[in-house]
Amino acid sequence: MSKNTEKKVKTRREMTKAQWTWFLVRRNKMAYFMVAPFMILFFLFTIVPVFLSLLLSFTSFNMLEPPKFIFMDNYITLFLDDDLFLTALKNTLIFAVIVGPASYIISFAVAWFLNELSPRVRAVATLVFYAPSISGNVYLIWATMFSGDAYGYVNGVLLKLGLIDTPILWFTNTKYIMPLCIMVALWTSLGTSFLSFIAGLQGIDKSLFEAGSIDGVRNRWQELWYITLPSMKPQLMFGAIMSITGSFGFGGIVSALAGNPPTDYVGYTLSHHLSEYQGNRWEVGYASAITFLMFLLMIGANLLVTKLISKLGE
Amino acid sequence: MKRLRTRRHEVVLNRSAGGDVGITVLLAILGVFMFIPMYYTVIQSLKPLNELFYFPPRFYVVHPTLDNFGNLFNLMSDSWVPFSRYIFNTVLISVGGTFGNLVLSSICAYALAKIDFPGGKQCFWIIQKSLMFSATVGSIIKFIILTWLGWIDTYLAVIVPAWCSTLGLYLMKQFMESNVSTAILESARLDGASEFRTFWSIAMPMVKPAWLTLIIFSFQGLWQMGSSEYIYSEQLKTLNYAIGQITAAGITRAGASAAATVVMMVVPIIVFVISQSNIIETMGSSGMKD
Repeated sequence: MSKNTEKKVKTRREMTKAQWTWFLVRRNKMAYFMVAPFMILFFLFTIVPVFLSLLLSFTSFNMLEPPKFIFMDNYITLFLDDDLFLTALKNTLIFAVIVGPASYIISFAVAWFLNELSPRVRAVATLVFYAPSISGNVYLIWATMFSGDAYGYVNGVLLKLGLIDTPILWFTNTKYIMPLCIMVALWTSLGTSFLSFIAGLQGIDKSLFEAGSIDGVRNRWQELWYITLPSMKPQLMFGAIMSITGSFGFGGIVSALAGNPPTDYVGYTLSHHLSEYQGNRWEVGYASAITFLMFLLMIGANLLVTKLISKLGE
Repeated sequence: MKRLRTRRHEVVLNRSAGGDVGITVLLAILGVFMFIPMYYTVIQSLKPLNELFYFPPRFYVVHPTLDNFGNLFNLMSDSWVPFSRYIFNTVLISVGGTFGNLVLSSICAYALAKIDFPGGKQCFWIIQKSLMFSATVGSIIKFIILTWLGWIDTYLAVIVPAWCSTLGLYLMKQFMESNVSTAILESARLDGASEFRTFWSIAMPMVKPAWLTLIIFSFQGLWQMGSSEYIYSEQLKTLNYAIGQITAAGITRAGASAAATVVMMVVPIIVFVISQSNIIETMGSSGMKD
């Protein structure tokens, strides 16, 4: 017998955990090469920035001089000395608490209603509901419709009907900025999660409904609660994440419609505050503290909601 | 015995006729709310000047005209940087960003979905968690990193970060997991195909809907990109930015700006109409299994 065959390959049992892992690593070398390009860029542009912004948030840094360590001062200033930040935080939370859940519920409700239609009608209706979210700046039309002069469509109609005698300055009047921006945000919010719900509803096994009907499901609401929602949990989870993340980054619509900053800072959000300190004042340490708080808010809200959804139907 | 309702020759379970009517009405109201602004945008772009400023504003157009589109193109040709340059920039960024994202994401998604290797699960875990915060969160440090790489004010500053957008990878990985059978891949491996070969000739052809979806999502985002904080030079700016400049001139350009909006929205809408069934198929496996 040659020496070669005597050098026996070790089996799993004879190896320690580390040896076994190392064996798997070597055997799947190719997998690492396949994952590497994406993961390197992903870490560089997504993960590293989050952690570095945590570090920088403890410093005073203007990009020219080296960062000075000042520990919690940025956070203390934010909460105790920066009224504008508190306004921004409050508005962001209001938007998130209203727009996030509302867009989520509307997306699901519409998808659920559409699911009853015939495939061809459903395809057209899906387009009608989804189009605003992919059409870029189209939401600017709301500025035309709610324009502050008599040529704005809404003012025109109200004037004609005699309900008002002077045009309302919709996007400058502090009373209307928030509600209008929320309405526009909802209008553009039937996006990725909406498509995910549509697809999820189509994927539910039809025999479940028959079985449910035999087992005593009486109407569509019971069917929704006992069969549809539990079978769509994965999509509900994904959709929630999409809606929540979107609702916290809210700000672009306000700047475009009401200006930046809007009248009396009504509708002024964290993303406005961030761009002020990051883009105009170059107080990078301070801006990092804002981004890190935004990060915590988004992650916190997402983890909380996904936890709640995973409890659904249990 | 309970009488069964039927709809399109199929038995309908658990649905009352009253509920059907109520839901249809509600859906119609919502649909009108969604549709009116889109419709109004198109109508505005077709109105001649005197109708744009007609009181009370009309919801229809009496003498439709394409003048606004003509005006838009005239305004475009007056710009300091030739307009074709903005179009070139947008096309380059959209195509370059989407292509890189497609290649890197699908290779990575394949390895994560179909090869069981130490660290794979952790990679996917962190990608999933990254969907929970938006890109704004890292924008300052990204600026510093891009400065360090020397990419500020070059195309690279917007193209390369687009390569590692995670939504496409996530959808691709989920789709591969549920639509590519491991048995087929195993038999290819036994026949001696390399991992890369199995990916390219077996897995990729099976996930066409997923690449189409990835291409569309990525392209839509990049196509509509306005000014970027990482680019200053006028010659490197995008079409959406340039159109924004035209429409920013306000009320005097109401018609041209409506025309511009129509031009920008037509592309993504047409693309979606063509690829709707593929996108829905991909989204079917978008669910998150904690």
